[in-house]
Amino acid sequence: MPETVTREAIQARVNEALEEFGAEPSDITPDATFEALDVDSLDLVELGQIVQEEYGVELKGEDMPKLKTVGDAVDLIAERAGV
Amino acid sequence: MRDGCALVTGGSRGIGAATARALSEAGWPVAVGYRSDADAAQAVVDELGQGVAVQGDVSDPEAADAIFKTAEKKLGGPVLVLVNNAGITSDNLAIGLTDEDWDRVVSTNLSGAFRLTRRALRPMLKARFGRIVNVSSIVGLKANPGQANYAAAKAGLVGMTKTIAAEVARRGVTVNAVAPGFIDTELTAGLDQSDGLVDHIPARRTGTPEEVAACVRFLASEDASYVTGTTLTVDGGLSA
Repeated sequence: MPETVTREAIQARVNEALEEFGAEPSDITPDATFEALDVDSLDLVELGQIVQEEYGVELKGEDMPKLKTVGDAVDLIAERAGV
Repeated sequence: MRDGCALVTGGSRGIGAATARALSEAGWPVAVGYRSDADAAQAVVDELGQGVAVQGDVSDPEAADAIFKTAEKKLGGPVLVLVNNAGITSDNLAIGLTDEDWDRVVSTNLSGAFRLTRRALRPMLKARFGRIVNVSSIVGLKANPGQANYAAAKAGLVGMTKTIAAEVARRGVTVNAVAPGFIDTELTAGLDQSDGLVDHIPARRTGTPEEVAACVRFLASEDASYVTGTTLTVDGGLSA
Protein backbone atom coordinates (compact mmCIF):
# COMPACT_ATOMS: atom_id res chain seq x y z
CA MET A 1 0.00 0.00 0.00
CA PRO A 2 1.44 3.40 -0.94
CA GLU A 3 2.25 5.70 2.00
CA THR A 4 0.44 8.61 0.41
CA VAL A 5 -3.04 7.08 0.25
CA THR A 6 -5.66 9.48 1.51
CA ARG A 7 -9.39 9.34 1.97
CA GLU A 8 -9.74 11.84 -0.86
CA ALA A 9 -7.71 9.62 -3.17
CA ILE A 10 -9.90 6.64 -2.31
CA GLN A 11 -13.05 8.70 -2.86
CA ALA A 12 -11.74 9.85 -6.24
CA ARG A 13 -10.84 6.31 -7.30
CA VAL A 14 -14.22 4.96 -6.23
CA ASN A 15 -15.99 7.75 -8.14
CA GLU A 16 -13.90 7.02 -11.21
CA ALA A 17 -14.78 3.32 -11.00
CA LEU A 18 -18.48 4.10 -10.61
CA GLU A 19 -18.35 6.30 -13.71
CA GLU A 20 -16.72 3.39 -15.58
CA PHE A 21 -19.64 1.24 -14.45
CA GLY A 22 -22.01 3.72 -16.08
CA ALA A 23 -23.15 5.92 -13.18
CA GLU A 24 -23.86 9.57 -14.00
CA PRO A 25 -21.00 11.66 -12.53
CA SER A 26 -23.45 14.26 -11.19
CA ASP A 27 -25.37 11.56 -9.31
CA ILE A 28 -22.33 10.21 -7.48
CA THR A 29 -22.47 11.59 -3.93
CA PRO A 30 -21.58 9.95 -0.59
CA ASP A 31 -25.28 9.46 0.19
CA ALA A 32 -26.16 8.03 -3.21
CA THR A 33 -27.17 4.39 -3.03
CA PHE A 34 -25.70 1.87 -5.42
CA GLU A 35 -29.24 0.89 -6.28
CA ALA A 36 -30.06 4.44 -7.36
CA LEU A 37 -26.84 4.60 -9.36
CA ASP A 38 -27.73 1.30 -11.02
CA VAL A 39 -24.49 -0.19 -9.74
CA ASP A 40 -25.05 -3.92 -9.26
CA SER A 41 -23.39 -6.71 -7.29
CA LEU A 42 -21.12 -7.55 -10.21
CA ASP A 43 -19.90 -3.94 -10.30
CA LEU A 44 -19.15 -4.11 -6.58
CA VAL A 45 -17.06 -7.24 -7.09
CA GLU A 46 -15.12 -5.36 -9.78
CA LEU A 47 -14.72 -2.42 -7.39
CA GLY A 48 -13.37 -4.88 -4.81
CA GLN A 49 -10.77 -6.11 -7.33
CA ILE A 50 -9.74 -2.53 -8.13
CA VAL A 51 -9.20 -1.54 -4.49
CA GLN A 52 -7.40 -4.79 -3.79
CA GLU A 53 -4.96 -4.06 -6.60
CA GLU A 54 -4.50 -0.41 -5.74
CA TYR A 55 -4.68 -0.32 -1.96
CA GLY A 56 -4.15 -3.95 -0.95
CA VAL A 57 -7.55 -3.83 0.73
CA GLU A 58 -9.76 -6.88 0.60
CA LEU A 59 -13.52 -6.51 0.28
CA LYS A 60 -15.04 -9.89 1.01
CA GLY A 61 -18.27 -11.35 -0.33
CA GLU A 62 -19.84 -10.93 3.10
CA ASP A 63 -19.05 -7.18 3.07
CA MET A 64 -21.02 -6.57 -0.09
CA PRO A 65 -24.59 -6.70 1.25
CA LYS A 66 -23.65 -4.09 3.90
CA LEU A 67 -22.51 -1.58 1.33
CA LYS A 68 -25.60 0.44 0.47
CA THR A 69 -24.14 3.83 -0.41
CA VAL A 70 -21.02 5.28 -2.01
CA GLY A 71 -20.06 6.62 1.44
CA ASP A 72 -20.35 3.12 2.97
CA ALA A 73 -17.84 1.79 0.44
CA VAL A 74 -15.39 4.67 0.86
CA ASP A 75 -15.62 4.38 4.66
CA LEU A 76 -14.92 0.66 4.64
CA ILE A 77 -12.04 0.91 2.16
CA ALA A 78 -10.49 3.81 4.11
CA GLU A 79 -10.87 1.94 7.40
CA ARG A 80 -9.23 -1.21 6.00
CA ALA A 81 -6.47 0.88 4.40
CA GLY A 82 -5.79 2.46 7.80
CA VAL A 83 -6.65 5.99 6.70
CA MET B 1 -14.14 -8.41 -35.62
CA ARG B 2 -13.69 -7.68 -31.95
CA ASP B 3 -10.30 -6.73 -30.60
CA GLY B 4 -9.36 -9.82 -28.68
CA CYS B 5 -8.48 -13.46 -28.96
CA ALA B 6 -9.69 -16.97 -28.23
CA LEU B 7 -8.10 -19.50 -25.90
CA VAL B 8 -8.69 -23.23 -26.27
CA THR B 9 -7.25 -25.45 -23.55
CA GLY B 10 -6.26 -28.94 -24.54
CA GLY B 11 -5.87 -27.54 -28.04
CA SER B 12 -3.10 -29.77 -29.32
CA ARG B 13 -5.37 -32.61 -30.44
CA GLY B 14 -8.87 -34.01 -30.78
CA ILE B 15 -11.82 -31.73 -30.12
CA GLY B 16 -9.53 -28.92 -28.91
CA ALA B 17 -7.47 -28.86 -32.10
CA ALA B 18 -10.60 -28.93 -34.26
CA THR B 19 -12.06 -26.10 -32.16
CA ALA B 20 -8.91 -24.00 -32.53
CA ARG B 21 -9.18 -24.41 -36.32
CA ALA B 22 -12.89 -23.56 -36.32
CA LEU B 23 -12.41 -20.40 -34.24
CA SER B 24 -9.52 -19.36 -36.46
CA GLU B 25 -11.80 -19.77 -39.49
CA ALA B 26 -14.31 -17.56 -37.68
CA GLY B 27 -11.62 -14.87 -37.57
CA TRP B 28 -10.20 -15.17 -34.06
CA PRO B 29 -6.52 -15.21 -33.23
CA VAL B 30 -6.27 -18.41 -31.18
CA ALA B 31 -4.10 -19.38 -28.23
CA VAL B 32 -3.70 -23.14 -28.30
CA GLY B 33 -3.25 -24.36 -24.74
CA TYR B 34 -1.36 -27.61 -24.16
CA ARG B 35 0.20 -29.41 -21.23
CA SER B 36 2.88 -31.69 -22.65
CA ASP B 37 2.87 -32.08 -26.43
CA ALA B 38 4.54 -28.89 -27.67
CA ASP B 39 5.10 -30.26 -31.18
CA ALA B 40 1.44 -31.16 -31.65
CA ALA B 41 0.32 -27.76 -30.33
CA GLN B 42 2.73 -25.97 -32.66
CA ALA B 43 1.48 -28.06 -35.60
CA VAL B 44 -2.06 -26.83 -34.86
CA VAL B 45 -0.86 -23.23 -34.57
CA ASP B 46 0.93 -23.54 -37.93
CA GLU B 47 -2.44 -24.23 -39.57
CA LEU B 48 -4.10 -21.14 -38.08
CA GLY B 49 -4.28 -17.64 -39.49
CA GLN B 50 -2.97 -16.15 -36.27
CA GLY B 51 -2.17 -18.16 -33.21
CA VAL B 52 0.24 -19.12 -30.48
CA ALA B 53 0.91 -22.27 -28.48
CA VAL B 54 0.70 -21.71 -24.72
CA GLN B 55 1.99 -24.30 -22.26
CA GLY B 56 0.31 -24.80 -18.90
CA ASP B 57 -1.21 -27.46 -16.68
CA VAL B 58 -4.70 -26.25 -15.80
CA SER B 59 -4.72 -28.40 -12.66
CA ASP B 60 -2.04 -26.06 -11.28
CA PRO B 61 -3.72 -23.16 -9.43
CA GLU B 62 -1.04 -20.76 -10.65
CA ALA B 63 -1.48 -21.74 -14.29
CA ALA B 64 -4.55 -19.71 -15.23
CA ASP B 65 -2.97 -16.30 -14.83
CA ALA B 66 0.23 -17.34 -16.61
CA ILE B 67 -1.68 -18.85 -19.54
CA PHE B 68 -3.84 -15.74 -19.93
CA LYS B 69 -0.93 -13.34 -19.67
CA THR B 70 0.96 -15.20 -22.39
CA ALA B 71 -2.09 -15.33 -24.67
CA GLU B 72 -2.89 -11.64 -24.10
CA LYS B 73 0.69 -10.58 -24.73
CA LYS B 74 1.36 -12.75 -27.78
CA LEU B 75 -1.99 -12.09 -29.44
CA GLY B 76 -2.31 -8.47 -28.37
CA GLY B 77 -5.74 -8.40 -26.78
CA PRO B 78 -7.96 -9.82 -24.07
CA VAL B 79 -9.28 -13.35 -24.24
CA LEU B 80 -12.89 -12.86 -25.33
CA VAL B 81 -13.56 -16.51 -26.18
CA LEU B 82 -12.54 -19.21 -23.71
CA VAL B 83 -13.04 -22.88 -24.49
CA ASN B 84 -12.39 -25.08 -21.47
CA ASN B 85 -11.59 -28.29 -23.27
CA ALA B 86 -8.60 -29.72 -21.39
CA GLY B 87 -9.61 -33.05 -19.95
CA ILE B 88 -8.18 -36.33 -18.79
CA THR B 89 -9.54 -39.71 -17.77
CA SER B 90 -8.41 -42.14 -15.11
CA ASP B 91 -11.00 -44.87 -15.28
CA ASN B 92 -11.94 -47.56 -12.83
CA LEU B 93 -15.07 -48.86 -11.20
CA ALA B 94 -15.83 -46.70 -8.18
CA ILE B 95 -14.94 -49.48 -5.76
CA GLY B 96 -11.39 -49.42 -7.07
CA LEU B 97 -11.04 -45.71 -7.82
CA THR B 98 -8.19 -44.22 -5.81
CA ASP B 99 -8.14 -40.76 -4.26
CA GLU B 100 -5.47 -39.88 -6.76
CA ASP B 101 -7.63 -41.00 -9.72
CA TRP B 102 -10.46 -38.88 -8.34
CA ASP B 103 -8.44 -35.77 -7.56
CA ARG B 104 -6.48 -35.75 -10.79
CA VAL B 105 -9.57 -35.88 -12.97
CA VAL B 106 -11.61 -33.40 -10.92
CA SER B 107 -8.74 -30.93 -10.60
CA THR B 108 -8.05 -30.84 -14.35
CA ASN B 109 -11.54 -31.24 -15.78
CA LEU B 110 -13.50 -29.13 -13.28
CA SER B 111 -11.30 -27.01 -11.00
CA GLY B 112 -9.05 -26.04 -13.91
CA ALA B 113 -12.03 -24.92 -15.93
CA PHE B 114 -13.31 -22.88 -12.98
CA ARG B 115 -10.03 -21.07 -12.45
CA LEU B 116 -9.66 -20.24 -16.13
CA THR B 117 -13.24 -19.01 -16.23
CA ARG B 118 -12.69 -16.81 -13.16
CA ARG B 119 -9.58 -15.31 -14.74
CA ALA B 120 -11.42 -14.74 -18.03
CA LEU B 121 -14.41 -12.94 -16.60
CA ARG B 122 -13.02 -9.57 -15.64
CA PRO B 123 -11.72 -8.63 -19.10
CA MET B 124 -14.93 -9.99 -20.62
CA LEU B 125 -17.13 -7.98 -18.25
CA LYS B 126 -15.10 -4.90 -19.04
CA ALA B 127 -15.50 -5.53 -22.78
CA ARG B 128 -19.23 -6.17 -22.30
CA PHE B 129 -18.67 -9.23 -24.45
CA GLY B 130 -17.44 -12.73 -23.79
CA ARG B 131 -18.03 -16.31 -24.79
CA ILE B 132 -17.17 -19.20 -22.52
CA VAL B 133 -17.77 -22.75 -23.73
CA ASN B 134 -17.13 -25.66 -21.40
CA VAL B 135 -16.56 -29.02 -22.99
CA SER B 136 -18.58 -31.37 -20.82
CA SER B 137 -19.55 -34.88 -21.90
CA ILE B 138 -22.54 -37.10 -22.36
CA VAL B 139 -21.04 -38.97 -19.40
CA GLY B 140 -21.93 -35.94 -17.25
CA LEU B 141 -25.60 -36.51 -18.12
CA LYS B 142 -25.88 -40.28 -18.52
CA ALA B 143 -24.28 -43.20 -16.66
CA ASN B 144 -21.04 -44.70 -17.87
CA PRO B 145 -19.69 -47.33 -15.46
CA GLY B 146 -15.98 -46.93 -14.80
CA GLN B 147 -16.00 -43.14 -14.98
CA ALA B 148 -17.45 -41.88 -11.68
CA ASN B 149 -14.67 -39.28 -11.40
CA TYR B 150 -15.01 -38.13 -14.99
CA ALA B 151 -18.81 -38.09 -14.73
CA ALA B 152 -18.70 -36.00 -11.56
CA ALA B 153 -16.34 -33.48 -13.13
CA LYS B 154 -18.31 -33.27 -16.37
CA ALA B 155 -21.66 -32.94 -14.54
CA GLY B 156 -19.97 -30.31 -12.37
CA LEU B 157 -19.18 -28.33 -15.51
CA VAL B 158 -22.87 -28.33 -16.45
CA GLY B 159 -23.87 -26.91 -13.04
CA MET B 160 -21.05 -24.37 -13.07
CA THR B 161 -22.02 -23.30 -16.58
CA LYS B 162 -25.60 -22.53 -15.55
CA THR B 163 -24.75 -20.53 -12.44
CA ILE B 164 -21.95 -18.45 -13.92
CA ALA B 165 -24.12 -17.81 -16.99
CA ALA B 166 -26.78 -16.32 -14.73
CA GLU B 167 -24.22 -14.18 -12.89
CA VAL B 168 -22.81 -12.48 -15.98
CA ALA B 169 -25.61 -12.57 -18.57
CA ARG B 170 -26.47 -8.89 -18.16
CA ARG B 171 -22.97 -7.93 -19.38
CA GLY B 172 -23.12 -9.64 -22.72
CA VAL B 173 -21.05 -12.57 -21.52
CA THR B 174 -22.47 -16.01 -22.28
CA VAL B 175 -21.45 -19.30 -20.71
CA ASN B 176 -22.50 -22.57 -22.32
CA ALA B 177 -21.42 -26.17 -22.49
CA VAL B 178 -21.29 -28.85 -25.12
CA ALA B 179 -21.73 -32.49 -24.19
CA PRO B 180 -20.14 -34.69 -26.83
CA GLY B 181 -21.03 -38.37 -27.09
CA PHE B 182 -18.65 -40.86 -28.68
CA ILE B 183 -16.21 -38.81 -30.73
CA ASP B 184 -13.19 -40.22 -32.60
CA THR B 185 -10.31 -38.94 -30.48
CA GLU B 186 -7.35 -40.40 -28.63
CA LEU B 187 -9.40 -40.17 -25.43
CA THR B 188 -11.93 -42.67 -26.78
CA ALA B 189 -9.44 -44.75 -28.80
CA GLY B 190 -9.26 -47.34 -26.04
CA LEU B 191 -12.97 -48.09 -26.22
CA ASP B 192 -13.82 -51.32 -27.91
CA GLN B 193 -16.07 -50.42 -30.82
CA SER B 194 -16.59 -54.02 -31.90
CA ASP B 195 -18.98 -54.80 -29.07
CA GLY B 196 -21.99 -53.12 -30.62
CA LEU B 197 -21.30 -49.69 -29.07
CA VAL B 198 -22.21 -47.95 -32.30
CA ASP B 199 -25.51 -49.87 -32.51
CA HIS B 200 -26.72 -47.88 -29.49
CA ILE B 201 -26.14 -44.58 -31.26
CA PRO B 202 -29.15 -43.62 -33.40
CA ALA B 203 -26.79 -42.07 -35.98
CA ARG B 204 -25.03 -45.50 -36.18
CA ARG B 205 -21.61 -43.93 -36.12
CA THR B 206 -19.22 -42.08 -33.85
CA GLY B 207 -18.84 -38.33 -34.22
CA THR B 208 -15.89 -36.31 -35.44
CA PRO B 209 -14.02 -33.61 -33.55
CA GLU B 210 -15.09 -31.19 -36.31
CA GLU B 211 -18.76 -31.85 -35.56
CA VAL B 212 -18.22 -30.80 -31.96
CA ALA B 213 -16.05 -27.85 -32.98
CA ALA B 214 -18.83 -26.53 -35.22
CA CYS B 215 -21.13 -26.36 -32.19
CA VAL B 216 -18.49 -24.59 -30.11
CA ARG B 217 -17.96 -22.15 -32.95
CA PHE B 218 -21.67 -21.36 -32.98
CA LEU B 219 -21.84 -20.88 -29.20
CA ALA B 220 -18.81 -18.57 -29.45
CA SER B 221 -20.33 -16.50 -32.23
CA GLU B 222 -22.22 -13.20 -32.17
CA ASP B 223 -25.22 -15.15 -33.48
CA ALA B 224 -25.46 -17.06 -30.18
CA SER B 225 -25.83 -13.87 -28.13
CA TYR B 226 -29.13 -14.96 -26.51
CA VAL B 227 -27.99 -18.52 -25.78
CA THR B 228 -26.56 -18.86 -22.29
CA GLY B 229 -26.48 -21.41 -19.50
CA THR B 230 -27.31 -24.24 -21.83
CA THR B 231 -25.67 -27.56 -22.60
CA LEU B 232 -25.74 -28.65 -26.22
CA THR B 233 -25.47 -32.42 -26.60
CA VAL B 234 -23.57 -33.53 -29.69
CA ASP B 235 -24.04 -37.26 -29.59
CA GLY B 236 -25.77 -38.55 -32.71
CA GLY B 237 -28.95 -38.99 -30.72
CA LEU B 238 -27.45 -41.27 -28.04
CA SER B 239 -29.15 -39.44 -25.16
CA ALA B 240 -32.37 -38.71 -27.06
